[in-house]
Amino acid sequence: MSIAVYDRKVSFQEIYQSVEKKAYYQKLTTLVSIGAILLYFVFSIIQFDLGSISRKWSPERASRLFLDTYAHKDHVVMNWKDTSKISVNFEGDYRYQYPSFPEWLERIGDGKDIAILTFNSGSKAIFRDDKIIFEQSKSEDRKFIFGIGDNGKPYAEAYDNDGNEKDLPNWIRVTESKVEVRPSLYERIQIYKRKVEVHRYEFGWKYFWFDFFSPLKDYSLPEALSLIFSNERIEPDKTNFELVLSEISDNEQWMHGTVLFSILETLLMAVLGTLLASLLGLPLAFLAAYNITPFKFIRFSLRRLFDMLRGIDMIIWCLIFVRSFGPGLFTGIFAIAFTDTGTLGKLMSEAIENADNKQQEGVKSTGASTILQHRFGIIPQIMPVFISQSLYYLESNTRGAVILGAMGAGGIGLQLLGAIRTGNDFENVGYMAVLIVLLVTVMDQMSAFLRRFLIGIEKN
Amino acid sequence: MCPKKRGTLLLLKKNYFMSQNAITIESLEENLKVLARQRAIYSVLFIGAIIFIVVSGVGVANQYNAGSFTRGVENFFDYPADLFSDAFEAGWGWFGIVLSFIPALFETFSAAVFSTVVGASIALILCPLATINLSPNQVTVQIVRRTFDILRSFPELVFALILLYLMGKSIVPAIIAVTLHTIGAMGKLFSEAIENIDMKPVDGLKSVGARWYQIICFAVYPQVLPLVLSYSLLRLEINVRASTILGFVGAGGIGAYLTASLQWRYGDEVLAIMFLLVATITALDYFSSYVRHKLIGKISA
Repeated sequence: MSIAVYDRKVSFQEIYQSVEKKAYYQKLTTLVSIGAILLYFVFSIIQFDLGSISRKWSPERASRLFLDTYAHKDHVVMNWKDTSKISVNFEGDYRYQYPSFPEWLERIGDGKDIAILTFNSGSKAIFRDDKIIFEQSKSEDRKFIFGIGDNGKPYAEAYDNDGNEKDLPNWIRVTESKVEVRPSLYERIQIYKRKVEVHRYEFGWKYFWFDFFSPLKDYSLPEALSLIFSNERIEPDKTNFELVLSEISDNEQWMHGTVLFSILETLLMAVLGTLLASLLGLPLAFLAAYNITPFKFIRFSLRRLFDMLRGIDMIIWCLIFVRSFGPGLFTGIFAIAFTDTGTLGKLMSEAIENADNKQQEGVKSTGASTILQHRFGIIPQIMPVFISQSLYYLESNTRGAVILGAMGAGGIGLQLLGAIRTGNDFENVGYMAVLIVLLVTVMDQMSAFLRRFLIGIEKN
Repeated sequence: MCPKKRGTLLLLKKNYFMSQNAITIESLEENLKVLARQRAIYSVLFIGAIIFIVVSGVGVANQYNAGSFTRGVENFFDYPADLFSDAFEAGWGWFGIVLSFIPALFETFSAAVFSTVVGASIALILCPLATINLSPNQVTVQIVRRTFDILRSFPELVFALILLYLMGKSIVPAIIAVTLHTIGAMGKLFSEAIENIDMKPVDGLKSVGARWYQIICFAVYPQVLPLVLSYSLLRLEINVRASTILGFVGAGGIGAYLTASLQWRYGDEVLAIMFLLVATITALDYFSSYVRHKLIGKISA
């Protein structure tokens, strides 16, 4: 190039111009491509109606769900007709009714005041037979009165310290049939025409180890564990060890036993699927490699088989298998095994074809049979690739098995789908999400460790 | 990628050094025998473990599966046969059905393209912060990397199901979920690519007093651009699958039609959708491998 330039004796000006021209075009291409991407964004925002996010997204609902993942709540319900009965239950479930008032709810016998509820922040809700008085513990010390008016509709009033009426703050919403009061995330009062419902939130997962009906429900985990070593039996027909274990695994709210079993199911799906794929894929790969198999017909048909197995997606295999094997592990195992046999077969047959044939010739020169030639000439060369690829697939199949589970193959994916669809057990959703992330991370670390241990790749 | 050392080799080295004080042929042969025996034991244990996992796993699976294994194998071809016979009954009309699903396929496909483009752009902007040789400080590196890790290890399904619950059924939650996962996965790949770049252009720009963003724009991005494009194409393929699956759990697109047809047992429609999906994914596979070979050829040239 440079010789040609000297031959033509071009001036510096010309070289400079050509370089400048090139730079100009480069700049133009960059600008045009950035512009095209921006145009595409505008097009997509219109196409997918991304503006609908702001309309559909209700921050209130989201924050309540998020709150539900790390906090629990107790419901206090009072009927206006029969104010002597106040029911207190856990998470609003009528089965989890507290037999007596908890310590934050104080019953007062005298006439109009029925009970005082103390929130975590120190604010108080006083139950009366015709209204609820809410006293905020903030510096202003304001007072609110909610009740049912003469016209049968719920009302809300706000007073300052001197008893003067004030405007309602924006966290009180009054509609025809309901007054909704939410002074903070952890406090909520709803006044309906027929009843009043107070939600009192507290941080943490309650009844995580032992459920509401368990004989151990008042024990913390360390206390329960120390029970194992004590001689006194809680239940006469069971040892304490058995009791603690069975109470934890049969926990009705958190379902530790079921959840752990479904985690194992998902893991089994991934491991068995990958194992079957590699056990099938390696021999088939040998048959599909041209330096091993002389028959063109076998090679060709195996190649097309790999293409078909690989091309039909894992989800479609899952849909086909779920019809024949029913919902369960086999569906997931075979969906994974079929797809990955195709992928591994293709990869490994290419690796075998690319293997150095000098080693094979060396083994051949000692008079070894064909099988021994392959065993000592080719397998040692492809083994590291095979192991590392299988481990990579194991890693990604763990993720895949969670998704296959939601599509009908059982396991933790199905549990998660169920928990989200019920819509009020978001603490369980959070718990399962954490477990899934843990499972995926552990499998990642383990496969990285095994890869290092078996093949000894140093980190580049 | 290419492995350099193997476990047995390391083992041999260790034993060799242990007996180094007197190397004789006998001791070496003894050593070899010990190693051979060890190896045999390991292989037997390994094969035993695999057989154990397969047998016990199949046992457990058979126990908890809704249908039995043998019946499943017998019925394996029933469903595909049903599908094909339904499609055959539809006759030439089947091609009309295939065409009628193309708008839905386009919706899923463009959702995948959009999340790939957005995810890759965000990852590309963030990844210089996650590389040790370029980041302004080490705390940022750790924060950005851990963020990538978290985004990557959440399966899209978890994000998408929660967002679907919050925002109602539309394709937007699927786009957000796939984008978040893409950021995590691509961020890691890109930052690894950036870690391995040639640092000379960076030093050159530094020496003429370029600012940080100028260094990134003119010395870093041009080096990794071909890799970025090829990874993005690979990711696009994965994202098409992912958005189909998310459509299956309620996020619209072709996945939603697939659920409906499956529930109504319209075999011809199911087969049409499956055909479209397989065709799209295979076409993408070939296209992306073609472009990637071209791009990688460009890198090595």
